[in-house]
Amino acid sequence: MVLCCPANPRATKGGTSPNEHALDKRDMLLSDSDLLALWLSLRLAGTVTLVLLLVGTPIAWWLARTRGWWKGPIGAVVALPLVLPPSVLGFYLLVAMGPNGPIGRFTQTLGLGLLPFTFWGLVAASVFYSLPFMVQPLQTAFEAIGDRPLEVAATLRASPFDAFLTVAAPLALPGFVTASILTFAHTMGEFGVVLLIGGNLEGITRVASVKIYDHVEALEYSEAHRLAAVMLIFSFLVLLAVYAWRPNPKKGT
Amino acid sequence: MENIHACLRLEWPGFCLDVDLHLPLRGVTALFGPSGSGKTTLLRCIAGLERAPQGRVTVGGEIWQDAHHWVPTHKRPLGYVFQEASLFTHLTVLGNLNYGLRRISTAARISVEHSIELLGISRLLNRKPDRLSGGERQRVAIARALAVNPRLLLMDEPLAALDLKRKQEILPYLDRLHDELKIPVLYVSHAPDEVARLADHLVVMETGRVLIDGPLAETLARLDLPIHLGEDIGTIIETTVSAVDKEWHLMRVDFPGGHLWARDSGVSVGHKVRVRVLARDVSLADHLGHSSIQNVLSGIVDAIGDDEHPGLALVRVKVGVAMLVARLTKRAAFSLELRVGKEVWVQVKSVALLE
Repeated sequence: MVLCCPANPRATKGGTSPNEHALDKRDMLLSDSDLLALWLSLRLAGTVTLVLLLVGTPIAWWLARTRGWWKGPIGAVVALPLVLPPSVLGFYLLVAMGPNGPIGRFTQTLGLGLLPFTFWGLVAASVFYSLPFMVQPLQTAFEAIGDRPLEVAATLRASPFDAFLTVAAPLALPGFVTASILTFAHTMGEFGVVLLIGGNLEGITRVASVKIYDHVEALEYSEAHRLAAVMLIFSFLVLLAVYAWRPNPKKGT
Repeated sequence: MENIHACLRLEWPGFCLDVDLHLPLRGVTALFGPSGSGKTTLLRCIAGLERAPQGRVTVGGEIWQDAHHWVPTHKRPLGYVFQEASLFTHLTVLGNLNYGLRRISTAARISVEHSIELLGISRLLNRKPDRLSGGERQRVAIARALAVNPRLLLMDEPLAALDLKRKQEILPYLDRLHDELKIPVLYVSHAPDEVARLADHLVVMETGRVLIDGPLAETLARLDLPIHLGEDIGTIIETTVSAVDKEWHLMRVDFPGGHLWARDSGVSVGHKVRVRVLARDVSLADHLGHSSIQNVLSGIVDAIGDDEHPGLALVRVKVGVAMLVARLTKRAAFSLELRVGKEVWVQVKSVALLE
């Protein structure tokens, strides 16, 4: 536990940020460096949520609909990031994305260079890391719909894809909202994977959680406090939104 | 050939569907049987919702399934009404009705207004399904199935989830469907009264197999029906209302070769009505006496068979074109010296009008 009194920001000395002066000017506010880190976190979380909506939806749909024996193994792989230490996941991803890893070779062949220590490297790693937070709520929502509405859609001339877009997706809307919020929030709070894959490059990979770590390491407790408070309030509001957002209970059809 | 051919074989653990049916592509065909008899599975196979690996389904010469073809459900020109209305909860009633309509070719579109009017749901169009009663929901579901202008309408126990009152609310609409639309219907039911009222053709199923398949009136008059109908044994007669006795609140219904008096239900003269006479309400006599029974017809014994109880017999009597079945004790049949060809008086205690 870090127990300390908030120090007077004016009295703060040292630090690595070149924005010390800005901090001095804006008493009690976040420094430009902090804001940059926050903005990067938001951008990362937004991008990952969008990517996962595209990638996670078909996976969740398949998991919800299949009766094959693959369901178990695939479901377990999707859930792995829930229990795996982020450093383990980050380590494997770093190796895979490195110059001799399969993903690294692939991205080099495509002329994209290497992903580690880039923003898109963070995105790729976070997609794996946050996958269960998108897939599991969606899968639950799709399973709750059941077969019947899709059968009805088929008897009303809707192809399976048409039925997905016009029946399953609207009925699973609460699931999409929950999954997106959880994915976004979870990516915001990521630390271990980010540190391993992204390092700590200002404006590129230094997200808010890493920035707090920097502050603490530099004994800048008041800065750490402010950024941490922002993250705490953000997380609380997000979870409040998830729990308060209750769709009307469905009556029997 | 304008018929439906369904030759299907499907094996699941503990259940086997094995049918080879040729059904008329007109009127209402009831698939009747106890639960677990495979009637719903048969309907789902015809719709393509269930896939019988070796099977053949043709409708009016059009192949829906055979060894080389599989037409997916959404490309089969059918309408399907499920046991629960299964309306789309995210759409209004009108949205539900338009869902299928938007997905068929403009040329095939018939007026959705007609379905709305036929099912009496014009006041409900802007409501969400959760604001409807059970009966209203099922009427919307039927209108929605009709809106795609199907060549064949499949109905899976559309009334089974409703209580008696809601049932009574929907049945008149189903009668209208039967009378006004030329769409052939396959109607799954386990309720003898629904079948007697709505069907023209009867298929009786048990444990995945077809026991009987034939025109309704003829089939109901069989004395060797291998199903337990109990008090529901009886026959139907197609009649026309010919007179109304205002004083005694009775009406007369005619059929070729006879007539019956029934309680006046307000049907106007000239209308066709189907009546049902249960075997327990028919008795036989060899001479006319004075009795409370108003309907006494002259008939000829057509067949005599056993009833489920060893003390009872079922006697089929031909009256004009109609067949009536009487349930008697065997002792009564013996003392009346009943035999095929003998002329008897048929007393009908009660006639149920199936409008």
